[in-house]
Amino acid sequence: MSTDSVKRAEVTPDEPMPFAELGMKQDEYDRVREILGRRPTGSELAIYSVMWSEHCSYKSSKVHLKQFATKAPHSDALLVGMGENAGVVDIGDGWAATFKIESHNHPSYVEPHQGAATGVGGIVRDIMSMGARPIAVMDSLRFGGADQADTRRVLPGVVEGISHYGNCLGLPNIGGEVVFDPCYIGNPLVNALCVGLLRKDQIKLATAPGPGNKVVLFGASTGPDGIGGASVLASATFEDESAAKRPAVQVGDPFMEKLLIECCLELYAADVVVGIQDLGAAGVSCATTELAAKGTGGMDVDLNLVPLRDPSLRPEEILMSESQERMMAVVRPSDIPAFMAICEKWDVPATVIGEVTDTGRLVMTWNGEVIVDIPPGTAADDGPVYERPYHEPSGQAALNADTPDRLERPSDLRATLLRLLGSPNLASKEWVTGQYDRYVRSNTVLAQPADAGMLRVAEDIEGAEPTTRGIALSTDGNGRYAKLDPYAGAQLALAEAYRNVAVTGARPLAVTNCLNFGSPEDPEVMWQFAEAVRGLADACRILGVPVTGGNVSFYNQTGSTAINPTPVVGVLGVINDVARRVPTGFTGEGLRVALLGETRAEFGGSEWAHVEHGHLGGLPPEADLEAEQGLGRVLVTAAARGLLEGSHDLSDGGLAIALAESCMARGVGARVTLTGDPFTELFSESAARALVAVRPEAFDDLAKLCAEHDVPCYGLGVTGGTSLVVEGVLEVPVEELRETHAATLPALFG
Amino acid sequence: MSAARVGVVTFPGTLDDQDAAKAVRLVGGEPVPLWHADRDLKGVDAVFLPGGFSYGDYLRCGAISRFAPLMEEIVSAARAGLPVLGTCNGFQILCEAHLLPGALTRNASLHYVCRDQRVRIETADTAWTNAYAAGQEITLPVKHGEGRYVADPETLAELEATGRVVVRYVGGNPNGSLNDIAGVRNEAGNVVGLMPHPEHAVEELVGAPGTDGLGFFTSILKKLVDA
Repeated sequence: MSTDSVKRAEVTPDEPMPFAELGMKQDEYDRVREILGRRPTGSELAIYSVMWSEHCSYKSSKVHLKQFATKAPHSDALLVGMGENAGVVDIGDGWAATFKIESHNHPSYVEPHQGAATGVGGIVRDIMSMGARPIAVMDSLRFGGADQADTRRVLPGVVEGISHYGNCLGLPNIGGEVVFDPCYIGNPLVNALCVGLLRKDQIKLATAPGPGNKVVLFGASTGPDGIGGASVLASATFEDESAAKRPAVQVGDPFMEKLLIECCLELYAADVVVGIQDLGAAGVSCATTELAAKGTGGMDVDLNLVPLRDPSLRPEEILMSESQERMMAVVRPSDIPAFMAICEKWDVPATVIGEVTDTGRLVMTWNGEVIVDIPPGTAADDGPVYERPYHEPSGQAALNADTPDRLERPSDLRATLLRLLGSPNLASKEWVTGQYDRYVRSNTVLAQPADAGMLRVAEDIEGAEPTTRGIALSTDGNGRYAKLDPYAGAQLALAEAYRNVAVTGARPLAVTNCLNFGSPEDPEVMWQFAEAVRGLADACRILGVPVTGGNVSFYNQTGSTAINPTPVVGVLGVINDVARRVPTGFTGEGLRVALLGETRAEFGGSEWAHVEHGHLGGLPPEADLEAEQGLGRVLVTAAARGLLEGSHDLSDGGLAIALAESCMARGVGARVTLTGDPFTELFSESAARALVAVRPEAFDDLAKLCAEHDVPCYGLGVTGGTSLVVEGVLEVPVEELRETHAATLPALFG
Repeated sequence: MSAARVGVVTFPGTLDDQDAAKAVRLVGGEPVPLWHADRDLKGVDAVFLPGGFSYGDYLRCGAISRFAPLMEEIVSAARAGLPVLGTCNGFQILCEAHLLPGALTRNASLHYVCRDQRVRIETADTAWTNAYAAGQEITLPVKHGEGRYVADPETLAELEATGRVVVRYVGGNPNGSLNDIAGVRNEAGNVVGLMPHPEHAVEELVGAPGTDGLGFFTSILKKLVDA
């Protein structure tokens, strides 16, 4: 087969190129021709088509995402913001944390096990490429209805993929979400988060400076995995005609990834890395163009030097391959022997494939012929930008007008509580989280089912002083709220994650997000997206927590039916003395139970309306961010003063579920008295509320602290006994709560 | 006297080595990193084979590790009386290396399981359990996909008759192990393997609730001091 070289392209200007098959529009192709002053070669077209895909270029979302920067609150903690592989925040005592959440939705539908596994692998490499040791993962998962047939195919595969990959890597899985809704039946959401730890002065960036420096590809060899996966899978919906493209899912090797982690950390410690980039979507195309664009500006690469698992691969395929467990580093020539020795120690293959130049061009050769000669920034940074049209969905007003007021209120609140507690969304997720290692590395302070995962900051890094600090993480989202009001829904997702971090005693510091939506070409979906981004950016400003990075996943739709808009928000917080962490739930007998925050009759999008009436309408609870911030300050201050013995946030299912979960945590009952309408008090989902348990003598201090921050504080009762008792309303033995809570998922999934 | 030196082995794919080293340090021992490719036990007084997925465990768990250069040293030293503890993948490796009888197969549930498990220490008569009382019940985490202990009926009968079952699951068997066996020892009692993870139950703040796993580490230190 002859090679489509630059020389050949120059003399065959009119040769038709398959840009449409690669997902490129005519005007985008015309721009490539304009940039190059000729037609692109096949290899150049491969690079531009993947780099300019929705997945890599954010062409539909960019104009909106800018608000995360323009509205960003001032933060002393932010060390690296959006635009790098992951954001980095200062957590004190010379330590920094880096974290990011990313979607692997489409691959996880096609091949649940490998799709989810490589989702974990990809985000872990993002964290590694910042110079950090990955220290934990979390997963935010959404599936179709729990009783739908395809959910029984997708869920066990996804859980097994995460379990196998994450467990083999030796990263504790410390939390996340599992949500069921029929809207996700053809489009499950698999959002994987990873957090890493590094010394503040050891941040690595994706850059290739210094002409003469070597470009090293290391890790797994390159095979025909996921060729076109990024552009084909992530940018196209599952119409029947795309079935032929389905085997494009990558296959993961967690053992190689574990070796890569240890190898990279040793390379960093030896200071033999100038710049580094992981190979994810768009593989070598992405790594070379981005490294070159952020460095001195030029790079020469000999593609024949790329180690191949399949020797028949063409250069276009090598460029687009998404083989997993690969990294690219820029290394000073004098450091190459040391670099190679470390790779050899860890049995990690490493190959010099090129060199940094100052030509401003990315030049690649194949069999001695130049097949790529482009300005790298045009592929990496100057992709198309679309201002997609958007408007409010035609049914939105009717949806909001159909409030839950018309729904019949229950008379038997005990039965209602048990039905909700056993419903798939509120039932115990032990069936899932019991398949994840939450203990490895011995720094896990809190993990599922705690409100947030928490880790002790303790890594053996030379020169690092011991610290008492810990970090907390939570991811939250609510597609039903966002469907009713995407602006408020995104804010509520942030508010819940913020609250979940604060109830453990940690101070919320920074945000990552994964924005899961339908097709951006649908103006109604685009409206949902625009509203959600606007809401999230506004809320971040008010709460003082900047967005450090994240990911957009579009085209989560089957035919013309999109998923509920689902912004998933991750919040990272820091606790100065990790020994002061507040466990979730009632930790002992004889504690005073208090409800912090105001309860209003808010049932739009609630679990009660969903489970008992299959209803979705009206408006979600009010997102009162000032109240949220006040509550957060009370919780963090109270924890630091040692006032709280236990706590729990109020969210899905309201106070009733929070009380039940608090009792189940350690098998300690409680006796509480409600003053208002019991149904509203128990099942409303008003935000900015938390349940706390304090020693009786600490109650006055807590009440005083609440008053200082204008946070309502209601004494509800005391802990103790073997039942949850709501005076005059219901009484359920804790054992019965547990049985109801535990039975659902095993019954569904075996 | 100087602290007891406990070697902690790292194969490619070992995961709980840092955890084991921390636990050794916590009880006043000195953890000594041992590398799979070396033929050097560095004069350690005891060896801890931690959990993980050595060499990826793409073949049978532990099947490749037993051929590591370091393992040859460990096998001959163990036969000569060196105390060796293997947890999880370490237990699998000790079985593959024939230092312990039986084998660990896929969990009966076919799922990986991570949970806090009630177990009973059946014998205090080993280098690694002398700090416990026989019959004492404790909580240790288990986390594995292939922890179902199997052996032929004669071997099982012999293990039971000679007091070589060291740890037994109580209150529910997490993986379908025969006779609820969680851990066994060799005839001499210097080599012990178990699926649960004592190194994840040594601090109140982190890991499994409680500190029930500390006994494994205090046992070996006591044994080495007494020796």
